[in-house]
Amino acid sequence: MDIRLSGISHSYGDLEVLRNISLDVPSGKIVCIVGPTGCGKSTLLRLIGGLETPSKGSVLQLGVPAEDCLNPLTYVFQDFALLPWRSVAGNVSLVLEDHDLSRAETRKTISDVLARTKLTDFARALPKQLSGGMKQRVAIARALAVKPAVMLMDEPLSALDSQTRELLMDDLVALWTRQPFSAVYVTHNLDEAVRMGHSIVVLSRRPGQIREVIHLEKPLDERSYGDSDLQFRQKYLWNLMRDEAKAADSELINV
Amino acid sequence: MGPDPDTEETDIARQVAFRGGGFAPTPYRWIGLAVFVVLVGLAEIGTQSGFISPLTLPKPSDVLLTFAELYDSGLLWTHLAPSLTRLAVGAALGATLGIGLGVLIGLFSYIRAGMVPLVAAIFPIPKIALLPLFVIWFGIDEASKYALIAFGTFTPTVVATYGAVDNVDRTLIRMGQSFGMSWKSIVRKIILPGAMPGILSGLRISLAIAIILLVAAEMLGAEHGIGAYILEAGALYNLERLFAGVVILSLLGVLLSTAIGAIERYVLRWRT
Repeated sequence: MDIRLSGISHSYGDLEVLRNISLDVPSGKIVCIVGPTGCGKSTLLRLIGGLETPSKGSVLQLGVPAEDCLNPLTYVFQDFALLPWRSVAGNVSLVLEDHDLSRAETRKTISDVLARTKLTDFARALPKQLSGGMKQRVAIARALAVKPAVMLMDEPLSALDSQTRELLMDDLVALWTRQPFSAVYVTHNLDEAVRMGHSIVVLSRRPGQIREVIHLEKPLDERSYGDSDLQFRQKYLWNLMRDEAKAADSELINV
Repeated sequence: MGPDPDTEETDIARQVAFRGGGFAPTPYRWIGLAVFVVLVGLAEIGTQSGFISPLTLPKPSDVLLTFAELYDSGLLWTHLAPSLTRLAVGAALGATLGIGLGVLIGLFSYIRAGMVPLVAAIFPIPKIALLPLFVIWFGIDEASKYALIAFGTFTPTVVATYGAVDNVDRTLIRMGQSFGMSWKSIVRKIILPGAMPGILSGLRISLAIAIILLVAAEMLGAEHGIGAYILEAGALYNLERLFAGVVILSLLGVLLSTAIGAIERYVLRWRT
């Protein structure tokens, strides 16, 4: 299943946040969206997943999701959004309970996704006992459990320290390599973008417009920390964004 | 030999003074009890020595004796049983309805718009003032007492509950919606557990109010009950009995508060 954004514009009252965004998310690919603070990249993600409706334009699903897909468009949030009163397994089971699954199927799915995210030993732990990286892995496990057609990742690693971020990036790449998924990956971190993206969409500052789309051919599992060609790409991206980021930083906030 | 601190003021290495203490509540278990013991002890010494006249304050030991008598004669249960029943029925009724309406206010904007001003209007009315009205509506028997206690616990529970529902983390609700959870599941699995801390701390206040209203209700036309017992003692200026009654109420309050504390520790063990 592909996602097509055609001519999306969005405003909050008088404040125009996105202008005429058209973009395709091909299946099995990760599209990173980068841009300066307040360029509307998180808003764009909420529009894609149907948590908000665009003022203009439309989001289309092309094709039908796989039969066993329970929630085609599934988010991974920056702040994890785990229920603190449920265990790791309970948080995963939460999103399965509304679907018509047998008890055995539910149990199988839970143990499968926990194994894939290396959380099997922590199934009964409460979120308060987990580190930030583990919490985000629970959130990723929860997202995998509903077999999404497209993962919508809203700065998934931004709440983590840089070492945990490296580890989790490796985990995500491993997950993707084992079973490619489509994703829209919003981040402000250019290093993440060049490591995770098959293509990188650079947004301008508010109102966000597409400035450039960059395609990276190098396979995800061959990219690693400090690769010189990736650094080169990253530098290029930063030069694109530098002035915008500066201008965005000195804007008054009037929301 | 190290430098002499008195003579070499200028180039000695001085320890950096600690200045980060305080402003962190530390639990000291027995101090609360000690304050009670000291106060009662002072009252005992004062009354024994004659410094405090028996008309000002009864001897704590006499109060204890009265309490023992009350217990031995079996009258304690005669008074306590109806009081506890009234408290249980009234508070359960008020808290249940209060939590119900509070959740509805939290979930539905129309109900909120309609009911919040009404609750705000009822909240400051001293419910004791309405007792005669309740007697007319529900009769002089138990029903009017239940109603008074229920009404008194109802309003603070409503306010605490809808505040608690409002305070549930929006990102969790957004998460539920993004996974396509049904409205019913979101309410049952995200909003209600998320509102639990606020509801329980509201109950703490509501139950204290229930005890106050219990006594008020029993002062008007009850044959038995702690309130009736205190009223009778007061009318006869029997300070020992009066204090014995008051102590029972205090104990009841402490007991309920401890019970809620235990429930909180169990139900909210997921809290950090």
